[in-house]
Amino acid sequence: MTDKIPEEELKRLERVGYDSSGKLHRAGSFLITDDQIVETEKKEKDVEILPLKKALEVYPWVEELMFRAVPKDKDEYTKIAAENPPIGYFIRALPGAKVKAPVQACFFLKTTRFSQVVHNIVVAEPGSELHIITGCISAFYVKEGKHISLTEYYVRKGALLTYSMVHDWSYEVEVFPRSGAEVEDGGVFVSNYVALTPAKKVQSYPMARVKKDGFAGFYSIVYAHPDTYFDLGAATLLEEPGARGEIISRVVSNGGEVISRGHILGAAGKTAGHMECSGLLLKDEGYIHAIPELKGATSDTELSHEAAVGRIAPEEISYLMSRGLDEESARALIIRGFLDIKIKDLPEELQKSIDEMIKTATSGGAI
Amino acid sequence: MSGKLRDESKLYDSPPYILEVEDLWVKAGDNLILKGLDLRVGVGKLHVIFGPNGSGKSTLLGAIMGLPQFEVIKGDIKFRGRSILGLSTDERAKLGIGLAFQRPPLIKGVRLRALLATLNGGDAKIEELAANLDLKNHLDRELNDGFSGGEMKRSEILQLLVQRPELVLLDEPESGVDLENITLLARFIGELLERGKHIVDRKRSGIIITHTGHILSYLNADIAHVMMEGKILCHGSPMDVLHQIKAKGYKECVECLLGEQSKEEAA
Repeated sequence: MTDKIPEEELKRLERVGYDSSGKLHRAGSFLITDDQIVETEKKEKDVEILPLKKALEVYPWVEELMFRAVPKDKDEYTKIAAENPPIGYFIRALPGAKVKAPVQACFFLKTTRFSQVVHNIVVAEPGSELHIITGCISAFYVKEGKHISLTEYYVRKGALLTYSMVHDWSYEVEVFPRSGAEVEDGGVFVSNYVALTPAKKVQSYPMARVKKDGFAGFYSIVYAHPDTYFDLGAATLLEEPGARGEIISRVVSNGGEVISRGHILGAAGKTAGHMECSGLLLKDEGYIHAIPELKGATSDTELSHEAAVGRIAPEEISYLMSRGLDEESARALIIRGFLDIKIKDLPEELQKSIDEMIKTATSGGAI
Repeated sequence: MSGKLRDESKLYDSPPYILEVEDLWVKAGDNLILKGLDLRVGVGKLHVIFGPNGSGKSTLLGAIMGLPQFEVIKGDIKFRGRSILGLSTDERAKLGIGLAFQRPPLIKGVRLRALLATLNGGDAKIEELAANLDLKNHLDRELNDGFSGGEMKRSEILQLLVQRPELVLLDEPESGVDLENITLLARFIGELLERGKHIVDRKRSGIIITHTGHILSYLNADIAHVMMEGKILCHGSPMDVLHQIKAKGYKECVECLLGEQSKEEAA
């Protein structure tokens, strides 16, 4: 079905991990351009990929999952998402299924001044393993636009779900992802977020509620160009004994404005949470505002955070220069290394694509 | 100091010189640190510089390397006969000058392996060299993040072994290193300087700064200097000078050596 999309646009989708050539191993694909579902393809028997509208018809129980992890009336954007017809995906791994290859999804904004509104539901059934990579990208000619998304993740008992989202917008695009996760007993939820290209405004604050012995980890890599505003963060509520959480963010501002939030609540015994907010400022313009919050609501919880915002120290540069690196290479090596948090469970090709984006972001005009 | 002694200091080593420092005056911030320093290092030679804290030893190495916090206000530094004062730090490194820092900075995000790969374009010998220096587990760690004193020093030597400079500047390589590791460290500093080769085949030269002189028990240097208040005041065989300093302290040592040199002059 992707033959309707011009070659150069397909190439662009590769930047966010969406392979339409069929060369890379994928468990399935889902592609929306503006508000049209262009592709829904499943390649492995243990995974289901359906337009959400269709899933609501096939499985009456999906209705119960609607607006459970993200309440309808949370804010104006969730309200907009609730008022619109449910366009988006339903992706599910069947009980016990170990789906090693990632499911790829992409939201492509190709019409200027279009408001894309999507609602997605992901279910990893008990004991299953599911990896999803979602790319959000605008066509290079799109000047203005809006992307509003509501995504709900349900990680059942003992299941593993990794969800990696790469944003590749352009200036003048505003983005409001709203997402929430329920992580049941012994479940593992890993969320990766990568944003290295400009955007006018991105605001995102996913929340995970973690039950007994479960784990939720949020990892983000952000490079804020001038005139870019990011308000990003994550919250993890450790609600039952043995629940653990981790929030790690690496933010570089090259003149952009970034608020980096994090909140971990330890509400039950034997819970543990750790947060790292690291920020690197390359210019006097812009800012990084780290807001790490820890709330211990029982004595038997261990919560910690490290936050540091600073510039590259001149002695770091001169040290690397004494090894023969010129100034620009020294800076690029530091920035690239700073952004390299070795994202967990990421498919190799996507890691390569991210490395490439980091390279682009940290060379040329960026420094 | 007499003019004659000053000339002698200039010519203490013999040509061909890899490094010639001439009447060097250097500021660090507002402080004048080096005040007319002369030093010549011959090809294949290892010089050792002793001196109390604050005498300007690190400043000298920093100025040769071209680190930006040191400002040369007078004099010249020549590498293989050509002035390098106009060159940036990386240009000097590319020419063949390398510095093992006394206190290397912590660089978050930059893994030791990534830096080494940048230095030699991904040569497979990195694993072997790291294993030799007992740093295999440090390759994937961020530079100097949680490294012990000894690990930092070995990481400096590992980087230089990959960089392969012709002039090796070593700033207190043994400080903070336990005895067991000094042997290991000295062995690879020796390798870096081709100390195992016959003098006529040795192409690599070095300057080693030491506060304690421990490293000299494991590594033979050719010439020793004593530095005080921004100048090199006297020279001698490394073991003699070290012995004098140990027995009498810096001040007396200098007076004594000056005395002996005056006697020689008189004779």
